[in-house]
Amino acid sequence: MPRRSSLSLRQQDARTAWLLVTPALVIILGVMLWPIVYTFILSFFNAPTGLNQVRTFIWLGNYIAMIKDPEFWDTIKRTLYFTIVSVVLEMAMGLGVAQLINSHPWGWKFLRFALIVPWAVPTIVNGAMWRWIYSADFGALNGLLMQFGLIKHYVPWLTFPNLAMPLVILADAWHTMPFVALILQAALAALPEELDEAAAVDGANAFQRFWSIRLPLLRPAILVALIARTVEAFRVFDIVYIITSGGPANSTLTITFFTYLNSFPWGKQGVGAALSFLISIFTISMALIFIRVLYRPEETQ
Amino acid sequence: MRTMNKFLMGLLTTILVFSVVGCGAKKTGPVTIHILTMDQAGLKPAEIDQIARDFEAANPDIKVNMEYVGYDYVHDKIVTGMAATPPAYDAAMIDVIWPDEFIKNGYLLDVTSRVTADMKSGMFPASWNGVTRNGKIYGMPWLMDVKYFMYNKDMLQKAGISAPPKTWEDLVADATIIKQKGIAEFPIIWSWNQKEGVVCDFTALLFGNGGAFLDASGAPVFNNDKGVQILTWMKQTLDAGLSNPSSVSSDENAVEADFLAGKSAFAVNWLFQYSDSQDASKSQIVGQAAFAPMPVFAAGAAAGIVSASVDGSSSFAIMATTPYADQTWKFLTYLASNAVQTKYSAEMLPVWQSDFTGSALATLEAATPINPVTVPAFLAQFPYANERPTVPYYNEGSADLQLAIQQALTGVKSPKDALDAAAAAWVALAAK
Repeated sequence: MPRRSSLSLRQQDARTAWLLVTPALVIILGVMLWPIVYTFILSFFNAPTGLNQVRTFIWLGNYIAMIKDPEFWDTIKRTLYFTIVSVVLEMAMGLGVAQLINSHPWGWKFLRFALIVPWAVPTIVNGAMWRWIYSADFGALNGLLMQFGLIKHYVPWLTFPNLAMPLVILADAWHTMPFVALILQAALAALPEELDEAAAVDGANAFQRFWSIRLPLLRPAILVALIARTVEAFRVFDIVYIITSGGPANSTLTITFFTYLNSFPWGKQGVGAALSFLISIFTISMALIFIRVLYRPEETQ
Repeated sequence: MRTMNKFLMGLLTTILVFSVVGCGAKKTGPVTIHILTMDQAGLKPAEIDQIARDFEAANPDIKVNMEYVGYDYVHDKIVTGMAATPPAYDAAMIDVIWPDEFIKNGYLLDVTSRVTADMKSGMFPASWNGVTRNGKIYGMPWLMDVKYFMYNKDMLQKAGISAPPKTWEDLVADATIIKQKGIAEFPIIWSWNQKEGVVCDFTALLFGNGGAFLDASGAPVFNNDKGVQILTWMKQTLDAGLSNPSSVSSDENAVEADFLAGKSAFAVNWLFQYSDSQDASKSQIVGQAAFAPMPVFAAGAAAGIVSASVDGSSSFAIMATTPYADQTWKFLTYLASNAVQTKYSAEMLPVWQSDFTGSALATLEAATPINPVTVPAFLAQFPYANERPTVPYYNEGSADLQLAIQQALTGVKSPKDALDAAAAAWVALAAK
């Protein structure tokens, strides 16, 4: 008599499912989860780079050292400056472009397609492109302003500590605005037209219709875009690395770049690990605050 | 259905097992060694590739995989490469400022026993400085480079200046004339961006003023009045419009681009700038560039300093954990051999001092059209190459100094305050 399997059909399916999923799970655990856990453990050690270096357990030593370090707080301030201005710019531009596309002007389908181009460009390429645009001797920005007669000499834009950050923000906003625009445009397209028409009948003008009706209904979509973009902007690295490398005079040194400097050029991996988790604490807090302030579950119905 | 499931599971398990096992399987056949180097200064990637191909032809059991990145990225790639087992690179280019850090980290293989007497006596003693610590040798010399002072002959002629400046004060005077005559809007271009390049320029200027980085006890002295003077001088040349304001965001490639476009009359840079200036596909000033000894400050000249520049040599080191030390050393020996180096001497002068004496010198000078100019320039300038501090914390210390210089140049801090802050940071680093 053939031995009956002791598992039910359902359990057998589950077993097959587990086997099928295992390769992907192994990769995810290996590539993503393990480094996170290891970095967390590392953050409690004094861990200089090197093959034969002794790692001493210092509990919260790295965290305390960073919190006491004025350079850390300066960097956080700079990063917040970058995040706030960049996100506000992206949201405003994104909303404007979304509204524009939604009003279906002539060629709106092409506009929606063309919008993907800045976003599709890899961040490194975007950074290299903007570095050339801002170039003191050969840049397109200088060329353009010169043509319009707005400047008499080429200006070395990236050498001014006060200007470098706004310029990096502009490069980042140009690159990421399409993400916001597309999310908001999809949300706008899903809004019922009757509300708008009813409001128009009641005498509301275009701005009132936008502010009091469309904007509140967009809240869930705005929340999604806001959280995604804020977390990304706070962790900005590539564009700073390529355009200014944190200069001039550290004016574009953001927290992730500071983490990179500690971990690799300066060989302080314990500090770098602690900084990574401090960044995570900041971004999670920001996300939670946004959800607290903006999320109204009843509005999605 | 159950049979199908069992079969499927059996098949999947087999595939899984094989793929995991297959990942670790060792390949038989030629050994491949991975070498990391920079794609600027020294030989061009195409030339090094050719050397690798020639080596492979002579050594069929070794394959050489060269990787080229910009100088600023090499250090970090070495660090991350060494985190793997086996390491991502079997050998890498080591800048003259890294051995102390890398030896402390255990990255470099001790090759003292592999270096032959021929190599030791044949190559310039100075070339071994970059890889020797405590009597042990950790690499093979490769590129002996120093920053040169280059000027545009035609521009000076147009300005009525008969000879290049001997002091930095003379340079300011000459640059003022050139600017006033409208020959160049910003006559001088530097690599003062917030990277190692600015410290290189600072080194040349500091030693040219009789200054130094550290005193005998290892304490920082670059913030004494000699250091403050040169930083103030740097800022003054920017304010006077003599140094190009874009210097503050320029690296050595940007300096070359500016000089080769004929926009500046004076540019301090590594040797590659001269060879590129003679290349019509890159340069608009073919035949106009010339070398002069790196100037010093009047105070330095009074103290007997003839010239002062900065050593930017690099070598190749074998990574300590490589499984292919023998093959890698074989390739490095070939790379540094006299025959190979003389063949490519237009881009990079050989490290063999025998090439610079007697009939060999004549051969070297005749090897390429630009060697008659570059070889004497090298022999004249390299003896005055100064070292940056050989301390293990140099990378982080340099970052503090780069910040201080940038803060002074952009007016965020006064030169004295900026340098004092950097010196305090160095003291803290040394104490760790």
